[in-house]
Amino acid sequence: MSGWLTPRNIVVVILIAGLTLLPAYVVLTGDRFALTLFTRIVILSLAAVSLNLILGYGGMMSFGHAAYLGIGGYAVGILAAEGVYSGFVQWPLALVASALFALVVGALSLRTRGVYFIMITLAFAQMAYYVFSGLARYGGDDGQTIDKRSQFAGLLNLENKVVFYYVCLVLLFACIYLVWRLVNSRFGLVIQGARSNEARMRAIGFPTYRYKLVCFVIAGTMGGLAGALVANNTDFVSPAMMFWTRSGDLIVMVVLGGMGTLFGPVFGAIFLLVLEEVLSGFTEYWQIILGPLLVLVVLFARGGIDGLLRSLSREKSHG
Amino acid sequence: MTSLFFEQCLNGLQFGLLLFLLAAGLTLVFGIMDLVNLAHGSLYMVGAYFAATFAAWTNSFVLGAVMALIATLVVGMVVEVVVMRRMYGRDHLDHVLATFGLILFFDELVRLIWGPGGLSLPLPSWLNRPVQILPGFQYSGYRLSIIVVSLAVAVFLYVLVMRTRIGMLIRAGAANREMVGALGVNIKLLFTLVFGLGAALAGLAGLMQAPILTVQIGMGENILILAFVITVIGGIGSIRGAFIAAIMVGFIDTLGRAYFPEILRSFLSKDVAATAAPALSSMLIYLLMAIVLIARPEGLFPAVRK
Repeated sequence: MSGWLTPRNIVVVILIAGLTLLPAYVVLTGDRFALTLFTRIVILSLAAVSLNLILGYGGMMSFGHAAYLGIGGYAVGILAAEGVYSGFVQWPLALVASALFALVVGALSLRTRGVYFIMITLAFAQMAYYVFSGLARYGGDDGQTIDKRSQFAGLLNLENKVVFYYVCLVLLFACIYLVWRLVNSRFGLVIQGARSNEARMRAIGFPTYRYKLVCFVIAGTMGGLAGALVANNTDFVSPAMMFWTRSGDLIVMVVLGGMGTLFGPVFGAIFLLVLEEVLSGFTEYWQIILGPLLVLVVLFARGGIDGLLRSLSREKSHG
Repeated sequence: MTSLFFEQCLNGLQFGLLLFLLAAGLTLVFGIMDLVNLAHGSLYMVGAYFAATFAAWTNSFVLGAVMALIATLVVGMVVEVVVMRRMYGRDHLDHVLATFGLILFFDELVRLIWGPGGLSLPLPSWLNRPVQILPGFQYSGYRLSIIVVSLAVAVFLYVLVMRTRIGMLIRAGAANREMVGALGVNIKLLFTLVFGLGAALAGLAGLMQAPILTVQIGMGENILILAFVITVIGGIGSIRGAFIAAIMVGFIDTLGRAYFPEILRSFLSKDVAATAAPALSSMLIYLLMAIVLIARPEGLFPAVRK
């Protein structure tokens, strides 16, 4: 029993409880801003969790993950512009479209490795950015507003901010559960094996390319789901949501939180977005602090927040 | 019609050569230090800002450009000494993150110093007039001078890397840096110089592009992706590959934007073509990259690695 009570697990329990009870705090204090902020945090956590599946567990350094956010978002936005508001149409389409894009990008980029992989995923995401910028019918560069959120036949009213928050939170927890099941399955072990030594995995008979491709598509699909949520949250889609610096933000979240850990990406998303709020309260030029901070994290704190918590746990068990 | 086509070809060549300057620095730094530098685009931006500022101070375009070039070289060397030096031998993901941090830093620093609005770099009148290069065909004198300067830099790079002692050390460092260090070469200094050279090349590209576009924050981020595409197509670490790929990308991008809508209109309805053309013509170079990758995953001219 005491083996479970590590600082890291306590923080995770507090995190889950805190995220679940947040609307109660909002209702009690009337702090609507916290709800807005945390809805964004939960959605971006979901995106970071999906990136972590390939980046952290799979060792695939995708620098184009924001593209799936954009494609999922535009699936909702374009259908809404054409008068289709049903979430039962919009959301599956968002998932299928981002899965197909992930399939094409993955099939091409997984033929390469290392720095080629980084640059190619980046380039394909940027291609998506330019393609959507060129769609004058759907707002082009400026993007377009969505006049109604996805309709779920009266079952869920996403216009209600608390309902929407819980929808996002349930989906986040579902995705974390899915990642947990995946990485502990045979499939997940092959993926992690390919991360540490791909040649050996191939030598013992695993077609690693296919495994990695499936993993890449799963992550892309989850990213598309996050995109559909972003579109519903902001009632707006624009190419800016898939600009390459967005992909960079997602990588920062994953690494800050702790790569290849279940809750790391959530820690990272909370840390980055709250830090952004705090710093931008001090100075308009907050990125001048964030930039060097990232360099310092790279130099001195590779394990991220999760690594920090784990080293606390280890000290405790030694003492 | 033919003269318009000829002009577009020259524009493509000019853009390609400009991209080569950026891609050469990127590929040089990657090939020799095994370093992924996302902040390369920031150095391009910094070069343009320096040029606009110094040219306004000195009232001379050329003097401003030379000062900007030196200043960018210095900035590059400082970045190498302060940050990059600690990154050698680390994971590529570390490079990506740290240089991403540098981009945020540089963008914000530029906003702090020069303000959020862009600058412009006016051309002197002797550069800003058309030149007759064939009977009945005139071309922008400035764009022509970009072509000349870039070609000269390409030749200079070739001679530097292939024909000089320092180039020999650079190539040796790329093949096996421990061995070169063990033979008594100051490898740290060499790397600082190479990084500074890459920075100066990016700065040169930035300051030459500045009179054509406005000087603004984030200008390096768009063009950086093109430089990445070029290094991937050409083969990372290969300057020759970067040269050929840059010219290809420059041509395809320029001619694609100019003629692809017309081609599309010939077999699609006018409305569909008008909607699809801007989106599709921006995809062309990525399609080129995809095709190259299918055929040769290591790029057209993969550098020989140890």
